Amino acid sequence: MDLKDFIAPFAVWKRAFEKPFTVRKPIDERPGAPRYRGFHMNDADACVGCGTCEAICMNKAIDMVPVAGRDPEDGDSGLRPRVDYGRCCWCALCVDICPSGSLSMSNEYVWIDKDPDVFRYVPGVESKPWDGSPLGYRRADGYRLLDEDRVPMPETGPAEAVASFLELVKGYSRAQAEKEADRCVSCGLCIASCPAHMDIPGYIKAVRDGDMEEGLRLLYDTNPFPEACGRVCTHLCEDACSIGSAGDPVAIRWLKRYIADQVELSDYAKALPRAAAPTGRKVAIVGAGPGGLSAAYYLAMLGYGVTVFEKDEAAGGMLRFGIPEYRLPYPALDKDIGYIESLGVGISRGVSIGKDIPLAKLRKDYDAVYLSTGLPLAYRLEVPGDGHPRVLDGVAVLAAATRGEELGLGGRVAVIGGGNVAMDAARTALRHGARVDILYRRREEDMPADAEEIREAKAEGARLVEKAIPLEVRDAEGAPAGKAAVFVWNEAAMVQKEAGKRPVPEPIPGAVREERYDSIIAAIGQGPDLSYVAEADGVPTRRFKPVVDADGMASSGQAGGAAVFAGGDFVNDRKDAISAIADGHRAALGIDRLLGGKGA
Amino acid sequence: MRREKQHAVPPAERATPDLDSGKYLVMWQGPQHPGITGNMSLRLVAEGDTVVDCETHVGYLHRGFEKLMERRLYMQNFPLVCRIAVPEPDFNEYCYAAALEELAGVVIPEKAVWLRTLSLEMIRLASFLMWIGGQAGAFGHGTIAQWSVTMRDYVLDLFEELTGGRIYHMYIIPGGVRGDVPAGFWKRVLATMDVVEKNLDDIELVMFHNAVFKARAEGLGYIPRDWVDQYGITGPNARAAGAGRDLRKDSGYLAYPRLSFEPLVGTESDAYGRARLRLGEMYQAIDLIRQIVDRTPANGPFREKLPNPLHWKIPAGETYVAAECTRGEYGFYVVSDGSDKPRRVAVRGPSYTHAVSVMERLVRGVNIADVAGLMVSLHTYPPEIER
Repeated sequence: MDLKDFIAPFAVWKRAFEKPFTVRKPIDERPGAPRYRGFHMNDADACVGCGTCEAICMNKAIDMVPVAGRDPEDGDSGLRPRVDYGRCCWCALCVDICPSGSLSMSNEYVWIDKDPDVFRYVPGVESKPWDGSPLGYRRADGYRLLDEDRVPMPETGPAEAVASFLELVKGYSRAQAEKEADRCVSCGLCIASCPAHMDIPGYIKAVRDGDMEEGLRLLYDTNPFPEACGRVCTHLCEDACSIGSAGDPVAIRWLKRYIADQVELSDYAKALPRAAAPTGRKVAIVGAGPGGLSAAYYLAMLGYGVTVFEKDEAAGGMLRFGIPEYRLPYPALDKDIGYIESLGVGISRGVSIGKDIPLAKLRKDYDAVYLSTGLPLAYRLEVPGDGHPRVLDGVAVLAAATRGEELGLGGRVAVIGGGNVAMDAARTALRHGARVDILYRRREEDMPADAEEIREAKAEGARLVEKAIPLEVRDAEGAPAGKAAVFVWNEAAMVQKEAGKRPVPEPIPGAVREERYDSIIAAIGQGPDLSYVAEADGVPTRRFKPVVDADGMASSGQAGGAAVFAGGDFVNDRKDAISAIADGHRAALGIDRLLGGKGA
Repeated sequence: MRREKQHAVPPAERATPDLDSGKYLVMWQGPQHPGITGNMSLRLVAEGDTVVDCETHVGYLHRGFEKLMERRLYMQNFPLVCRIAVPEPDFNEYCYAAALEELAGVVIPEKAVWLRTLSLEMIRLASFLMWIGGQAGAFGHGTIAQWSVTMRDYVLDLFEELTGGRIYHMYIIPGGVRGDVPAGFWKRVLATMDVVEKNLDDIELVMFHNAVFKARAEGLGYIPRDWVDQYGITGPNARAAGAGRDLRKDSGYLAYPRLSFEPLVGTESDAYGRARLRLGEMYQAIDLIRQIVDRTPANGPFREKLPNPLHWKIPAGETYVAAECTRGEYGFYVVSDGSDKPRRVAVRGPSYTHAVSVMERLVRGVNIADVAGLMVSLHTYPPEIER
């Protein structure tokens, strides 16, 4: 030790003349850093209530709770996260994982209150001073815990696709399916919006686990058409998917297809539950479309003897005769139907109820009857000349294509309409070598067809003519009568007539256009054919639709025969396969309850 | 004035004091005592004012981290591990993330390598700044504690800017880090390093050239070189005794192989020698941070995309990942059984050795007034003893 060791310590005194380090709160405020992880904020309108924040929170500090004025709707549970600051550790994993990106944190970190209960609140719903703060923790650019990009589906390119009727979508490989399944957060918003309420997170988990038999079992719990729906479902689930709120929704439909494709029909019986013991009761089903066969499947599982009457020579309804094989190959559909038939469901093909057998006889011979005859009658264009021999019905064209008949469409084809039937007809015509115009009275964004159908139709070479109001069909000059036609339309402007409603097309005076076509395919919708239902059957109708109760029952059949249930396109508003399947399932349970079963 | 080096009595030769003899006083130091460096306690048996026996008592902080981790998803453990050693959360974050990455076969981007190294050196500096305040405070030099804790807060300001948190940074996430540096950050890092360095110069002057500090610290808690292997002593406690081991050099993780530095090695591992060595490591950390500022790539990704954290499964396997923290070897042993949760996580904190077996041996013969200074001179963090 030397002298310095006694003198040096006095150097501390020099600090006595310097400015103190400390912050003189409350005179000097010390805000948190711009990315400080402070109290939560939530954009309650952007939030979809998926609860992924709740799932990731390791402290169980987040509960999804109902909030006033916000009801559940498709793609939104109506719930919002409530944060408990007695548990929260401010790790911000909730912010990092939030699929919609609605959650963030302010940089506020001081909050004093006498009431301990206030430290549990619903950000974005219960207003706080830091709401809307531009500062605080946000996910960094390029940093995401979830994958926003869908695994691309291998597809045939449009040039190759239009040259044949081979299936466009090639299906996922195992690695692709597992990667896509990994994107799901199991929030279940999809379940609520699926008409059949399929256990989507459950079967996606089965894909992740590589357990195809479990996946198939979950599919058949609510849908006996996984091969068909895995290809052509309108996938309302994907519209509701929380991942889709700020990225590509999970490819739920393709994952369903993946599961069904992995299991051979011969292995189905091993994977799926056995039917209940026979009840000794019989049910007749009219129409072997997805709705009728869905009812048949669930009734057979409940032990009923089921006979399905189908007017056409093959089962499948619109799935077979309305959807071209490049979207739904017949072997895939046959697999779904084959399993239903293997349970002992009898399908009487080529038997038309009303023509060959009266409905009353079914009501006499069976314990219940389910009607699922869909919408077979095409609407007419309702313009002068719509009876011209070159004006064809879209559904009939598609059915003829299924049957392999010569279509004779010619080289120049117009398709009138904007729904999926119009797209299917246009793309079928393209595959027969025609040049195709799709004419629709509104704009492309108003078209009821699936966006991908429209996109693919255009990619394959169809020309889209928007805002075209049909005026007239007449014989083409210079062509033999009935061999070609001229389609006349009026160009329209979209006019906002009522606030909040979609704009309507108004003809622009004088803007009349015409074009010569070899065929004009009208695909503007179809209606039901209830001619086989007699008044004595007691089936009430409203606007040409059977009216049914919550079980799908149209007539309790107290007098003169069995009860009549109905469902499918001619009952529901969705008019798609999955809704028909849901209706069929509902009716099967309803019939079971009516006939003394538990309906489950 | 240098006191005799204390060669404490080995446990085997130790006689249990006869507490009924009336010669001894049993007293507890801790669990609430600043000299204990956390919630732990020492049951001291004193004869006069000299400690003749000591039992360490832990358990006041046991939160069951290792067991909790077995019940949480891999990603959910990421906010948990930082709490195992409060003043140095980043080493936990790094070891946990690196262990998962090794098991899952993930290679993190270059930028993440540098930002992780930055984070570890910044926390090394912050942790030493808190320690030096404790060391000075234990000998009555509270002024130094006030300076150094302020300096630490300046470093924490940088953490706050970079990570959004001051204490629990939760920045080193499996796959990389959670964000790039904010605009102007490097400038502020360098400015802070200048301020801290200047303050360290002041501390060097008033603490290490201080008759009182020297009188009390020199010779206190002397660790001979041959104890290092017997007890598994690591870090500055071992380096001050002449064992030139430093995982940053020896196992070359993160960006350390590309940084220019040499482990500091001392000759006398007593309280004074260890303090000197740690002061040197603080200057070294500042130097490393300056190198990192120079060399961190400006662009590029900072995180490798991992599977959905809600379903992330890691192939079955086991690994041990260690890093050189301020107190020595800090390691995570992680066993995966192929599921979405770890089968076993064991944390190796250097305090287990330093605060229990080494402390019990060193404290005998020490004046009661020096027990706190001894404990701090071993630089221990009780939370990591009882994971």
